[in-house]
Amino acid sequence: MFTTIKFMNKYFLFLFALLLVASCNKEAPGNEVFKGFEVPQGFPAPTYPTQTNPVTKAGFELGKKLFYDGRLSRDGTISCGSCHISFSAFTHHGHVVSHGIEDKLGTRNAPAIQNMAWMQNYFWDGGVHNLDLVPISPIQNPVEMDETVSNVVAKIGSDSNYKKLFKDAFGSDDITGIKMMQAMSQFMVMLVSANSKYDKVIAGTATFSADENEGKQIFEQKCSSCHSGVLFTDQNFRNNGLAQNSDKGRYVITLSATDEYKFKVPSLRNVGYTAPYMHDGRFFSLEEVIDHYRLGVQPSATLDTILQQNGNTGITITNDEKSKLILFLKTLSDEDFIKNPLFAEF
Amino acid sequence: MKNLKFVFAIFAVSALTLQSCKKETKKDYDPSQKGKMMLHFDNRAGADDLVLNTGTYSNALGQSFNISKFNYYISNVVLLNSDGSKYTVPQNNSYFLVEESDETTADVELSDIPEGNYSGVSFVIGVDSNRNTLPVSERTGALDPTAAGQDMYWSWNSGYIFLKMEGMYDSVSTMKMFMYHIGGYGGYSSPTINNIKNVTLSFNGTNAEVRKAKTSGPEAHLYVDALKVLNGITNVDFFANPMVMFNAYSVNIANNYSSMISVNHVHND
Repeated sequence: MFTTIKFMNKYFLFLFALLLVASCNKEAPGNEVFKGFEVPQGFPAPTYPTQTNPVTKAGFELGKKLFYDGRLSRDGTISCGSCHISFSAFTHHGHVVSHGIEDKLGTRNAPAIQNMAWMQNYFWDGGVHNLDLVPISPIQNPVEMDETVSNVVAKIGSDSNYKKLFKDAFGSDDITGIKMMQAMSQFMVMLVSANSKYDKVIAGTATFSADENEGKQIFEQKCSSCHSGVLFTDQNFRNNGLAQNSDKGRYVITLSATDEYKFKVPSLRNVGYTAPYMHDGRFFSLEEVIDHYRLGVQPSATLDTILQQNGNTGITITNDEKSKLILFLKTLSDEDFIKNPLFAEF
Repeated sequence: MKNLKFVFAIFAVSALTLQSCKKETKKDYDPSQKGKMMLHFDNRAGADDLVLNTGTYSNALGQSFNISKFNYYISNVVLLNSDGSKYTVPQNNSYFLVEESDETTADVELSDIPEGNYSGVSFVIGVDSNRNTLPVSERTGALDPTAAGQDMYWSWNSGYIFLKMEGMYDSVSTMKMFMYHIGGYGGYSSPTINNIKNVTLSFNGTNAEVRKAKTSGPEAHLYVDALKVLNGITNVDFFANPMVMFNAYSVNIANNYSSMISVNHVHND
């Protein structure tokens, strides 16, 4: 009798445990638990002050809703996500320059939004040095969203969904432009790409093919002085010898002649997804980009010294090296990042 | 000898009395008590009151124009006490945007000012470089780049526009626009133009007597002459430079407007 009860007890405990597990599963319907902002293995300390604007689930979700809300533009047609599409690493795939309100065209290629928490400044000319101030620029740009932040606040101010989201994120349903910027930063700093094949190889969970490995060595010899470190950019402003047009790049910010035609060295992470290339999207393929460095570099007063050594301009790269370089560059593609449902609009 | 001693004694006593008299006048305020003071920014066009849109004016080169917008930041206010000391308005309460289109912005009220007789004031036309680089959460009031300050902020260059003057030149019927948006705080990571202008003004002998008991406080009535944006060290030619924003020529306009503000009078009642 005693042993039967003991057995019964064990049986009930087991059943009870099963029930618990099942109810746990119900509470998280297939989604991963929100982990917040994490610094990936091997990444430097972030530049973004996550301690003053810590990423919370509610703040992230508010930021995401704002990011994909057309009401940020004057006529409701353009959201941030219109030109920063998740599956092309948050660039405007196929668009040479930004394509904004009423089919107006900007002058520069929409840059990738990834690993923003480590950037020292933003935009091709580095004109903005604080992520919280970044969204004001496209919102106010007359050829992008052509709106003012105060109008956006007025438009969303009566929306009960937003009131709830602001309350959840900031403890008050008082909607302000500053909180809007902070929420959008929380969304953007979460856009971390650090799980490409390259990262897996570094972590020891994948291996390069022989050609990829050769490509990596060529990259380290010929490209990594500018596209350096885990972010694949030294974040400097350089003139890489593009045939010049009226856009003087960093000069617009500093008004210093030594900065003419310099643009920020872009990260090469996800470069396989972010065509077209360069600040004005003039090259449509990685082949064209490498050909520029081999054959197209134009001498000028501010041309980077790295691109003019021993009396020659450009970088010597053979056809064989070019194809291996491209194979290596494609190992920087992070499929988990571009397909992450947490970040995507739909 | 006795007489001399007597004279000396009288002299000493009267000197003491005089001194105490002086002390007496000093004692009519107590710096530990706080009062208010007003700075009134009265925008003018030469001898006339500035009237947006309908007023027509002429620059030093004889070119006629009107003004549709005239805004500027005043910041970092320091009151100069007649005793030689200074009172610096706490930085968080020391940013003001004066907009000709909004009469309420003409009056800058300074509160919590130690009682004293102030003989002058200094301030910045524009916004100091520190505030140009602070986190957004610390850019409140007139400096909020998403609200009150958004028309005075370059989002692409993340810096404040210190002064904006816009209008039409030649003749209003030809609709030639001029736009002067002057800023530049010296750059964040790389140096660039710095158009921050410090202005120090004397109240011309009339002290502004700040007292706790006064409900409205003394007022310094300042004249701000919009014509001086155009005329001065450089006489701005509308035809040659109708659009001046973030470029080298802006330095000339900032140098001009650094002397646009003068003290008309101070009243204590």
